[in-house]
Amino acid sequence: MEAPARTPCAPLRENVTPPRLELQHVTKRYASLVANDDVALTVQPGEIHAVLGENGAGKSTLMKVIYGAVRPDAGQILFDGRPVQIRSPHEARALGIAMVFQHFSLFDTLTVAENVWLGMGRDVPLQRVVDGIRAKAAEYGLELDPQRTVHSLSVGERQRVEIVRALLADPKLLILDEPTSVLTPQAVEKLFVTLRQLASTGCAILYISHKLDEIRALCHQCTVLRGGRVTGHCDPAQETTASLSRLMIGAEPPRLVHRESKPGEVALRVRDLSLPKADRFGVDLDRVCLDLREGEVVGIAGVSGNGQQELLAALSGEDPRAPAGAIQLFGQPIGQLRSGARRRLGLHFVPEERLGRGAVPSLSLAHNMLLTRNESLRLLGWIDRRALRYQTSAIIDRFKVKSGGPGAVARSLSGGNLQKYIVGREIDAVPKVLLVAQPTWGVDVGAAAQIRGELMALRDAGCAVLVVSEEVDELFEMTDRLHVIARGRLSPSIGTSAATVELIGEWMSGLWPAAPSDGSGASIGEFP
Amino acid sequence: MNELALLVAATLAAGTPLALAGMGLLVNERAGVLNLGAEGLMLVAAVAGFATAYHTGSPWLAFAAGAAAGGLIAAIYGWLVIWLNTNQYATGLAVSLFGSGFSAFVGLGYVGKQIREQPIDGVPGLRDVPLLGVALFRQHAMVYLAVALTAGVAWFLYRTRAGLVLRSIGESPQSAHALGYPVQRIRLAAVVAGGALCGVAGAYLSVVYTPLWVEGMVAGRGWIALALTTFATWRPTRLLLGAYLFGGVTMLQLHLQASGVQIAPQFMSMLPYLATVVVLVLISRNPLWIRLNMPASLGKPFFPGG
Amino acid sequence: MIRLEARPAPSGLMSVLSPVMAFAITVAAGAILFAALGKDPVQALTVFLVEPFNGVRAVSELGLKSTPLILIALGLALCFRSNVWNIGAEGQFLMGAVTGGGLAMWVTTAGLDLSRWAFFPLLVLAGAVGGALWAGIVALLRDRFNANEILVSLMLVYVANLFLNWLVFGPWKDPQGFNFPQTVTFASQTEVPRLIRGMRLHWGFLASLVAALGMWLFMFRTFTGIQLQVGGPAPAAARYAGFSSRAAIWSTLLVSGGLAGVAGAFEAAGPMGQLTPHVSAGYGFTAIIVAFVGRLHPLGAILASVVLSTFLIGGELAQSRVGLPSALTGVFQGVLLLSLLACDTLIQYRVRWRGAR
Repeated sequence: MEAPARTPCAPLRENVTPPRLELQHVTKRYASLVANDDVALTVQPGEIHAVLGENGAGKSTLMKVIYGAVRPDAGQILFDGRPVQIRSPHEARALGIAMVFQHFSLFDTLTVAENVWLGMGRDVPLQRVVDGIRAKAAEYGLELDPQRTVHSLSVGERQRVEIVRALLADPKLLILDEPTSVLTPQAVEKLFVTLRQLASTGCAILYISHKLDEIRALCHQCTVLRGGRVTGHCDPAQETTASLSRLMIGAEPPRLVHRESKPGEVALRVRDLSLPKADRFGVDLDRVCLDLREGEVVGIAGVSGNGQQELLAALSGEDPRAPAGAIQLFGQPIGQLRSGARRRLGLHFVPEERLGRGAVPSLSLAHNMLLTRNESLRLLGWIDRRALRYQTSAIIDRFKVKSGGPGAVARSLSGGNLQKYIVGREIDAVPKVLLVAQPTWGVDVGAAAQIRGELMALRDAGCAVLVVSEEVDELFEMTDRLHVIARGRLSPSIGTSAATVELIGEWMSGLWPAAPSDGSGASIGEFP
Repeated sequence: MNELALLVAATLAAGTPLALAGMGLLVNERAGVLNLGAEGLMLVAAVAGFATAYHTGSPWLAFAAGAAAGGLIAAIYGWLVIWLNTNQYATGLAVSLFGSGFSAFVGLGYVGKQIREQPIDGVPGLRDVPLLGVALFRQHAMVYLAVALTAGVAWFLYRTRAGLVLRSIGESPQSAHALGYPVQRIRLAAVVAGGALCGVAGAYLSVVYTPLWVEGMVAGRGWIALALTTFATWRPTRLLLGAYLFGGVTMLQLHLQASGVQIAPQFMSMLPYLATVVVLVLISRNPLWIRLNMPASLGKPFFPGG
Repeated sequence: MIRLEARPAPSGLMSVLSPVMAFAITVAAGAILFAALGKDPVQALTVFLVEPFNGVRAVSELGLKSTPLILIALGLALCFRSNVWNIGAEGQFLMGAVTGGGLAMWVTTAGLDLSRWAFFPLLVLAGAVGGALWAGIVALLRDRFNANEILVSLMLVYVANLFLNWLVFGPWKDPQGFNFPQTVTFASQTEVPRLIRGMRLHWGFLASLVAALGMWLFMFRTFTGIQLQVGGPAPAAARYAGFSSRAAIWSTLLVSGGLAGVAGAFEAAGPMGQLTPHVSAGYGFTAIIVAFVGRLHPLGAILASVVLSTFLIGGELAQSRVGLPSALTGVFQGVLLLSLLACDTLIQYRVRWRGAR
């Protein structure tokens, strides 16, 4: 997508004011790896500085060092030209460093004001905090009611609480960790407006992300991390996606070969699926309609918290409350069947959480096969251990899972390799329908490409694949048709080639055209 | 009518140890730490309190000894589950088992010994009011302290910043840690405070309620106090009421036994325990409601390193 | 301040060393305690730890005490692995003693002529049913009403105790028993057959070893066994896989209740030969410690039972020979479990002593 014109960076002040933040030779080692290796970073006042890197590159650790949650093993930090020791988040805050975390540090049962109060120094009475929130929110055009309890807020609104909390501290340096993963494209634009306004007051901003387009649109400078080391420093607007990619992963982004899909008969049919939430903090599903055909990949886009978890639970059988006929597998009503029964009929599922849900951390890879596969079971549930090991080794080899063998415990694998194992386990079952949630979240680029390739191969072999993802780019790459889920309702589908990011962004706010009344969830703008 | 007044008076006395122990457990559960060792704590404190009263003749020193004993053992428990992150269920059970064994051992020399029966002064003036005076104002000072404590804990939790911090740690220690609060230290403080309160409850049992020492004399009150925190959905006032309710059941059963009701005494003695089961069933029926009110991190380990 | 640093993989060395360290700490604590009581620590420790192994009769007594511990701990190991906290095994033990002893009493008073071998399986069945039913109450309340099984099973211990009390003070009291709270002595054909002539060790011991083997096969070689052990550490994975947590609650509680009940039946119809209020020496609670010290593993349960039986018998010997109170046993047990829990941390974590991170 075209990078819109950026606001100019604050004029370079040469040799008069020192950089707001300077890291020299910062190193941090953990038991099994070096998270940060001789890292150098410089941020000027009023500058929006990106820290780019793929998952596992060391960005989070570096931010923890700056924020005081972690102490470096070597190196120096200079703030406004003076060397400092940041021993705790308290000291960081005292210096004027504020952080908006990727995973919010909010307390659901408390109000917005109480949450912000907890994040501040002790001496401010609560009422002043309430007034301060209203003032700051008005200043930046953010809608936020201080008296609401946090659990009633949407994800985007929760991020606003974090941002207002940071702003109230009048920071000199603001750090944002992957802020847009929970925002619709329109909300991303609003965030950028806020950040530019903040930068114009002289605050320095560190923006951590792996999204190249956003960085090019927003940031003045960029430091690229790979494997704990700085591989480059540049002005993102002058770079192409290819060159940034080269700095980030050492090569061009792998191109996925996208063959034209030849959809067959309808494998999974969902009609008017309405389901009240099972959990107080959940989302009701409202008349969801979906057709999934053999030999195609259908995607569901949407910011988290709009009903994806509930829909997947209903489709996979973890939640068997749906009316039996609302979900049909090759014509057979399965709405009330549990997940084991659905697997027997050929419907498999890869959940979004790996450790603790897709695999049991303390069990071996071999035993983890038993979660969804029963080919090695004999009479009375006796486990044929040789067959189980064989089965596990086959998957490890085929999907190139780096591990200590079938006996290795699941938690000893890296995120990418564990995901390859879990996806492999389900693909190896030769399913007729495969549901996948966030297939490449938190996975390194190489493994992500491999997983996407396998899913495409599965589709080509005639399986029906449903991918639910928050990464719109991934969906554009992988899918033949797209839906959007918003507040528990599912949009009609649209051919991926006919869709744009802007359109998907609009649909994420629930603004899609009404579907044709035959209730088929038929798609828009697609060939017959 | 006077009988009813006496029953009420007895109920207040019987409910007080449950209220004290329950309040202590409420404080540490609000911080997210479960303490299944309550029964053992109370036993050790009971013997410590009795021994102190026996040797010094001062009930208040006895309460202090009970609090110290409870606090000390709770500190060891807290160190294990907060810093070493041992399993809270197993460690709590271990403390209970240790406490019952240790108290039996230490208490051997005090079985059969007597201490001065505590004078019940009640509230001067009010104690002579007919009926109400009998019912409410002729109690040991500790009974009134328990009521004051309830008000104090409620004020602390809901009206002070420190209480807010405690509640937030109980809900999400990770978030509190990210905000820079010393989660482990605050939790330890809560556990020690809770243990001290359980200790006072134990000492009250052996020094005021039934001034003697017998192995196992806490008779399950520690466990009932644990049930009470759930019953009260972790709110102090409700806990006090619940404690009196249970005290009432115990008193009722004794009263019925004494008045010659034709049921074997063993079945009557079962009443408080069966009542606990019934209460648990009633409270837990709606899992959603419990989840809403329960401190979200209760019983789960917390790793500050992330 | 202690800092815990996660190890990349659990330390195999520490898994073996930790119980040894815990034992060492316990022995050291014991020596200090003995010295504080004015006794010679070495002599007292010898009586406590070594004497129980002195001679065939002594070892057979160890086996006798281990029998109920093994049986109960097996069931508890299964429960705790599945995150079902059955703390009321003592109550299930007592109810098994009631049903098993009740059966023996009925056979005795009815004057039935049964061989011991015919009675043995009936005894096992009666005990299992009694214990399983009592545990079934806990399962029902947890399954249908979500009531916490720790508190419910514990309350039921007090109830079971009072119930047994009522029986032996009331309807089951031996009319010729000089008004003591005890039932008639059971007829000899109801006695659990002995293993060695002249020793009290009986077939229950062999039964417990067989049960341990069976439990091991079940836990590690069958699908249901693996399935039950997922729900504890990873409930979301159990839901994902479609493993029913309700089935887990019922099966683990019924199995452990049944095992505890059988242990109770063996105690009543075995060496005691009658029902009294003292049929249990707190086996149900000691077995909790056995289960943990044995690492929730069937083989470990056997080894740990030997250790804790040693404490039990050692305590009795120390009382008679050295003049130490037998209540010491409880202290030793508690210290052992606490030390083990502390030392177990070293399996997953390395300890760093500095203040810096």
